[in-house]
Amino acid sequence: MQTDENEKLKALANTIRKHVLNMVMHAQSSHIGASYSIVEILVTLYTNILKIDPKNPTDPYRDKFLLSKAHGSTALYAILAEVGFFPLEYLNRYYVDDSILPGHLDRESVPGIEFSMGSLGHGLSVGVGMAIANRQTKNPGRIFVLLSDGECNEGSVWEAIMLASHLKLANLTVIVDYNKIQSFGRTNEVINQEPVLDRWRAFGWDVWEVDGHNFDGLLDALRAPHTGPKVIIAHTVKGKGVSFMEDTLDWHYKSPNKEQYEQAMHELENLD
Amino acid sequence: MRTTFINTLRDLARKDERVFLITIDMGYSVLEQFREEFPDRFLNTGIAEQNAIGVAAGLALSGKIVYVYSIIPFVTMRCFEQVRLDLAYNNANVKLVGIGAGMTYGPFGASHHSIEDIAIMRSIPNMTVLCPGDPIETEQLTRQSYEIKSPVYIRLGKNGEPKIHSEETKIKLGYATQVTEGNDLILITTSNMLEKGKKWVDEWKEEGISVRLISMHTIKPFDVQAVKELIDHNIPIITLEEHNIIGGLGSAVAEVIAESGKAVSFKRIGVPDKYSHYVGSHEFQREKFGIAKKPDIKFRK
Ligand SMILES: Cc1ncc(C[n+]2csc(CCOP(=O)(O)OP(=O)(O)O)c2C)c(N)n1
Repeated sequence: MQTDENEKLKALANTIRKHVLNMVMHAQSSHIGASYSIVEILVTLYTNILKIDPKNPTDPYRDKFLLSKAHGSTALYAILAEVGFFPLEYLNRYYVDDSILPGHLDRESVPGIEFSMGSLGHGLSVGVGMAIANRQTKNPGRIFVLLSDGECNEGSVWEAIMLASHLKLANLTVIVDYNKIQSFGRTNEVINQEPVLDRWRAFGWDVWEVDGHNFDGLLDALRAPHTGPKVIIAHTVKGKGVSFMEDTLDWHYKSPNKEQYEQAMHELENLD
Repeated sequence: MRTTFINTLRDLARKDERVFLITIDMGYSVLEQFREEFPDRFLNTGIAEQNAIGVAAGLALSGKIVYVYSIIPFVTMRCFEQVRLDLAYNNANVKLVGIGAGMTYGPFGASHHSIEDIAIMRSIPNMTVLCPGDPIETEQLTRQSYEIKSPVYIRLGKNGEPKIHSEETKIKLGYATQVTEGNDLILITTSNMLEKGKKWVDEWKEEGISVRLISMHTIKPFDVQAVKELIDHNIPIITLEEHNIIGGLGSAVAEVIAESGKAVSFKRIGVPDKYSHYVGSHEFQREKFGIAKKPDIKFRK
């Protein structure tokens, strides 16, 4: 990628992180760590991959993106607002009384939310259904589903994985946000997922492994052609971008106080 | 209620080494002490509710007394058939402990609300359904749940609910508890609406209306006899719950009234059979659903 394009994406990612920090601070809500691990993935998808038109969000031929780990909603709201699905001011109306954007996803809330979710292990099944429908109607729209690593504990995820490869759904791409922390421990200490690439491969998927914070790698993997369903295992860091939030369980839950907010904002501004 | 529950469970675990705790990857800042004290009797099954319930049934049929902990929708509805068959049909000694009654998880959204759980859990044979409304009820009902050898569902709120009952109050599983005396109106609450109910009763008192407040902390077995006696007072009865108006406390009371052959003024207050698309806190959700403020009732004097 051209360096100035790369710089642009980095700047956008940083803007997203600042939006998320402001939202979580204002609302005193949780899950900032889960939002920070997926920022580069979302930026790549929404700037370079998804064929979508914010002015025509229900275009039947659009690509669809499902954030199955719906607790990372703040990052999704921020990118949707940045690319024009709704006004940036809506980001101030998150979570607090009588606002617009809920903690988890509600497809009746704003344009760009394809499915209402918040319980883990639902998104891939729904994505499989959408992929089957598009294939049958020769609809060129592709389906992208972002899963969290802990979410892959759910049996329903593996039921969908089996069906997708059985049906050779070449219009389906999964990205796994492999940040290695879940709700009550480190992912591979709760239930070992390794060898994760071999597992997906054995289930019949095209498998890619990337650094989930590197745009070049994400773009290559997302653009690579595939004849069946494709999965991209994205190594990420929970809380990425703010030193004291990185790779901690605490920041799955905590919301920043004033000092933490200032320190975090300071760190993000230094990246600009 | 969360802290009261886990402290009580730790106490039970100290006395009985069969007590076992499964978490479905939940319980940060709540379960750590239990994990440290009883590492061999604690298991995080990962985010896999169906498997967790099956594993709990297997442990129970091997002699353990198993408590399974998560957020209400995930520990009841995400794994409903495992609850129905592995626990209820097999009559396994497993206690489901759910946090977040009603709209406790207000701004998280409807995926984390629970307005259907009482209805579905009370329709399962062999299942006991406990809905404590304050720490006193939580402590005593948790202790009594341990005595029951079949499946139990314990519906908890969150943390920091005030004590409504006095410390000496004896809570008896299966029997309604009267909180206040009153001759103008009967208010029956369940679960986390006990606090709200008490507040309304205090407000009515200021207006010169005396209300008999009943806490129906056990939904199953249902205290039919208590409701029959309440009907005989011949004053209006209101039920109050943070649950769908269909299938919960109000329905259970209505069933008794209907079969009593007696007529009594009766009103159910609950969530009006809708998912919340409102964004906001617990109390905000209650306001939107019309269960935050006491109803305007004209009393004949
Ligand atoms: C079915 C279900 N069970 C439990 C939860 C509660 N919960 C919210 S986030 C989370 C796990 C977070 O870990 P992970 O899935 O790895 O996502 P990350 O935050 O690391 O992105 C859990 C258990 C849920 N949302 N859905």
